[in-house]
Amino acid sequence: MEIDPLIFRLSIFILSIFVGYYVVWSVTPSLHTPLMSVTNAISSVIIVGAIIAGLSGGTQSVFNTSSIFGFLAIALAAINIFGGFLVTQRMLAMYKKKKKEK
Amino acid sequence: MISPNLSAIFYLVSGVLFILALRGLSSPETSRQGNLFGILGMIIAVTVTFFSIGNFSSGFIFVIIFILIGGSIGAFIAYKIPMTAMPELVAGFHSLVGLAAVFVAISAFLNPTAFNLGSPGSIKLGSLIEMSIGAAVGAITFSGSIIAFLKLQGIMSGSPIIFKGQHPLNAIILISIFIIIYLLCSTQSSNLFWILLAVSFLIGFLLIIPIGGADMPVVISMLNSYSGWAAAGIGFTLENTALIITGALVGSSGAILSYIMCKGMNRSFFSVILGGFGATEESSSSQNKEQRPVKSGNADDAAFLMKNASSVIIVPGYGMAVAQAQHALREMVDTLKKNDIKVSYAIHPVAGRMPGHMNVLLAEANVPYDEVFELEEINNDFANADVAFVIGANDVTNPVAKTDPQSPIYGMPVLDVEKCKSVLFVKRSLSPGYAGIDNDLFYKENTLMLFADAKKMTEDITKNL
Repeated sequence: MEIDPLIFRLSIFILSIFVGYYVVWSVTPSLHTPLMSVTNAISSVIIVGAIIAGLSGGTQSVFNTSSIFGFLAIALAAINIFGGFLVTQRMLAMYKKKKKEK
Repeated sequence: MISPNLSAIFYLVSGVLFILALRGLSSPETSRQGNLFGILGMIIAVTVTFFSIGNFSSGFIFVIIFILIGGSIGAFIAYKIPMTAMPELVAGFHSLVGLAAVFVAISAFLNPTAFNLGSPGSIKLGSLIEMSIGAAVGAITFSGSIIAFLKLQGIMSGSPIIFKGQHPLNAIILISIFIIIYLLCSTQSSNLFWILLAVSFLIGFLLIIPIGGADMPVVISMLNSYSGWAAAGIGFTLENTALIITGALVGSSGAILSYIMCKGMNRSFFSVILGGFGATEESSSSQNKEQRPVKSGNADDAAFLMKNASSVIIVPGYGMAVAQAQHALREMVDTLKKNDIKVSYAIHPVAGRMPGHMNVLLAEANVPYDEVFELEEINNDFANADVAFVIGANDVTNPVAKTDPQSPIYGMPVLDVEKCKSVLFVKRSLSPGYAGIDNDLFYKENTLMLFADAKKMTEDITKNL
């Protein structure tokens, strides 16, 4: 009997939770705010689903109820992607070490 | 058009890049590179999606247009937003992730053929379950984050909103969500799908309104976690590795942050979620404390104390963010350093309205991050320091947490500010902090209260130094 592909996806999911667990514990507390903004940006990879949804109408009907929701989701996710990464970049640029004096 | 296998490999690559993006945050030096990994991962994921669809028709142009619209709004916000407004921004962004998840789920439900999930009315059972969970969690994230945003922005009062029968009501709604999902999967009825969304929006709203302002660090982290689980749910529906990996990463990240925040307040996750903290404690022990004497001083006294100190520890809190005093504070510290006074900063895990909030503000004011310390790193140094300068913090310095088992904050880890030779406490009035309890520190022999706006007081001290 073949294994259901769902089981593989579930394995990826569970293992990623563990990866996330260890990676996030190693994040220094002073960078917890950038951590939140960057996780926010990467969770917007949901734009992948939004693009599929937006193009679901094919060539004959670009706009139908289903694809309009897709396009709206694209815009929302894009706000997050650009906003999230840029604001993280802006924050991280501010973290500086002590200037060597003398 | 590229093969599904190849695109799956690229999605895996972008998932790995996202892991590296988080890994980079383990130190400020590697963090900027980490962020670039994240951006690269996102570019790969989006490009691969285009190629796997391979449909460069007129629809494609609209995709680009909507990306550009969203992208320019996002970029504009990212450049304009003041650092003090970071908690609101993050809450707002979470709501968008939640809503995007809901929209994708709706689109997949209306047109399952495009997603390879079956046909309308007979969607594959597994996909339908994943889709409904993703949509429900997304909807909860959306409405919950909207409430968190309104509370942080001050449009809605930060005090908890509590009514009778709140918890039973929430419990009933949560159970009904599971029943609706079960019915939806057995009947495939689109009406049930809309009801599911409506009920999920409602519960997100109801879950957050009883939670008070200073519990926001936990709420934001929790919503961060939810947005991840919503993305993962959609990832299962779309059979997309990048989304599954990212969802799991973000979900566990938010969960860990919530845990750290709860520990910083010595409260269980459930007591935060059930809410209402600080609403009932008002009258417990306020009478006898009114008469206790308080020493208050002015900027001149404070400057005198600091000038004669050899080491100063600064304890910032949410009040510093409200007064926008971080730049004035840095200037004061610069003057102190010119006089060969050693200065460091002590940050409590729950200072501010989100994890790491104070660190970002200090970084914005050009405070080097190696002068900023966490609670465990610096707590022993208070005994050897001459002056503690508490600016905008309150409950996190209250010695009652160590001495009075009756106190609602008993057991919470606090900064040992009272061990300093002298304490300067900048505050607008003697009113109790968020927890609704009096701070014993105000009445200590070695405490000098500076009643003023944090920014103005700091500027005045600098003038007097």
